[in-house]
Amino acid sequence: MIRYVIRRILFLIPVLIGVAFCVFTLLYLTPGDPARMILGDMATEEAIREFRVKEGLDGPFLVQFGNYIYKAVTRGDIGRSYVTKRPVLDEIMTVFPATLKLSAFAIIIAIIIGMPCGILSAIKQYSIFDTLTMIFAMVGLSMPVFWLGLLLILYFSVHLRWLPSSGFDTFRAMILPSVALSAQSISMITRMTRSSMLEVVRADYIRTARSKGQKESVVIWVHALHNALIPVVTLCGLQFGHLLAGAILTESIFAIPGVGRLMVESIKARDYPIVQGGVLFVAITFSVVNLLVDLLYAYIDPRIKAQYK
Amino acid sequence: MTDTKENAKGLLLDIQDLTIQYVTDSGTVHAVENLNLQLGHGETLGFVGETGAGKTTTALGIMRLIPSPPGVIRSGKILFEGADLLKKSEAEMRAVRGAKIAMIFQDPMTSLNPVMTVDKQIAEMIRLHRSVTDAEALNLAGDMLELVGIRRERMHDYPHQFSGGMKQRVVIAIALACDPGLLIADEPTTALDVTIQAQVLELMKKLKQQFDASMILITHDLGIVAEICDRVAIMYAGRVVEYADKHALYRRPLHPYTIGLFNSVPDLEEDKEELAVIPGLMPDPMDLPTGCTFHPRCSFATEECPVTKPDMIEAAPGHFVACPVRAAAQAGSESRGGEGQ
Repeated sequence: MIRYVIRRILFLIPVLIGVAFCVFTLLYLTPGDPARMILGDMATEEAIREFRVKEGLDGPFLVQFGNYIYKAVTRGDIGRSYVTKRPVLDEIMTVFPATLKLSAFAIIIAIIIGMPCGILSAIKQYSIFDTLTMIFAMVGLSMPVFWLGLLLILYFSVHLRWLPSSGFDTFRAMILPSVALSAQSISMITRMTRSSMLEVVRADYIRTARSKGQKESVVIWVHALHNALIPVVTLCGLQFGHLLAGAILTESIFAIPGVGRLMVESIKARDYPIVQGGVLFVAITFSVVNLLVDLLYAYIDPRIKAQYK
Repeated sequence: MTDTKENAKGLLLDIQDLTIQYVTDSGTVHAVENLNLQLGHGETLGFVGETGAGKTTTALGIMRLIPSPPGVIRSGKILFEGADLLKKSEAEMRAVRGAKIAMIFQDPMTSLNPVMTVDKQIAEMIRLHRSVTDAEALNLAGDMLELVGIRRERMHDYPHQFSGGMKQRVVIAIALACDPGLLIADEPTTALDVTIQAQVLELMKKLKQQFDASMILITHDLGIVAEICDRVAIMYAGRVVEYADKHALYRRPLHPYTIGLFNSVPDLEEDKEELAVIPGLMPDPMDLPTGCTFHPRCSFATEECPVTKPDMIEAAPGHFVACPVRAAAQAGSESRGGEGQ
């Protein structure tokens, strides 16, 4: 098991170098000169040249990339913001708690609502509850998050004046963005739980459990649920990764100072180091969450655990 | 057939006129139709028929585990130890399942919960029907495993760590854990290798005697029936068409379908190019033929066969057959035999 974890962590290295390379290349090829953006239109050629030398922007592409990786690995230094001059890592770490809080809230909402809805839908297949749940899930899945966010603001903040439309300091302020962000995850978790449950309930070992004289409630909640949740746990983990990485729209709409908003603003300002660092950070977070999910997977499915040995 | 008073005394299981249907959008599947079956204490009944004949449905019907919807038990009685299982409440049925009637399923690969260790799966059964602590139940589970030939050290293993034959041994251990009066084995060896089949059958035969249980063995293998059963019921399209003592049936099969089944078993002694097969296919259970359901495939069929549903006739003592034509022929041959003496 420990060997598996170490192997998985080692696998992360090429993935992250790959991600860094892609982002680096993309930004390198993007039109627009950061030196000119930062120093302004009035800057002299000399000042621009000086900035380039200072920031290491004058070397060939591969040298620039090599330097970037070297500094990141040896010193944990992934550059400084062109705009604020603060280290990129500090910039990200200041805003990350907001994103983490938002994502955690959203995934908790999604699990609390999605799993029970999926289970009940499966148990009462073709009932009115099942039909309604599936309709809502379809709507939730198809509704773009920015549109849902705007509707929520319009109704609950502007019209009813119940909840604030922006900010992220109070619990009340967190409700709308978390709900907006969780809508798609709720839908996916509901649908996955339902289909997984429907499959498991027809399994032979469920019949075996019934043939022992076991109560239907125990059959469903112990035998069926444990098996049905295996794929759902994977989905929840993936969703959490997505939420961490993909809260950009939600953060923009609700004006939440998170990683997503930081990245959007940095792209607008051509603050390359922040964009690179941000993407790298998101990739690391996503990979780590994935690793944790895989470990959890081994914990709940003994067949997987056997493969890890 | 047998009268009710006798049932109360001698029979462990008496199924009367059992009809089970699956009601689907595309039509009603007549899975089991007016089925009658008796099983005495300590007897082993072989329940033989093709896939789709309704054997498993009957077994699940006895356990009251027919998936519903779409399954519906339309009519009939299942008298077990004199009480009608169909009249019992769900809670009363739970006390019967496992404790009095236990089932061994066809596919050991999928019959065990993959995320539960085998000792826990056996202990679950014991905890449900006996007043023991968890620790005692787990200990008894270890005993059961040893009884079916699995080392005690392996009791904390998961099903995927066992081979198919071993898994079926675990399933047998679960079924016997609470010493049931009736064991229903639904094609217990079909999914196993031939060499393993023999071992598992031998084990079941031994344990059945040791536990003094009655058994219904569902199979389509006449060889297995010959080896372990006392009586045989032949099932065709949801009905029992012949029911007799094993020796009587093997010596002189009466129903045309049974004769067809025996003819389709390859005989190495005979030098035949082709195997005799029963012409035609099993009828669509949504659209059964009128009268005797076997008449379209029967070489003995008369004009009467498509019209009247045949009743079970006692052609010889204890030998029942649902075919008036063959029953008459049997009676004829016996009376001729009597004259000749």
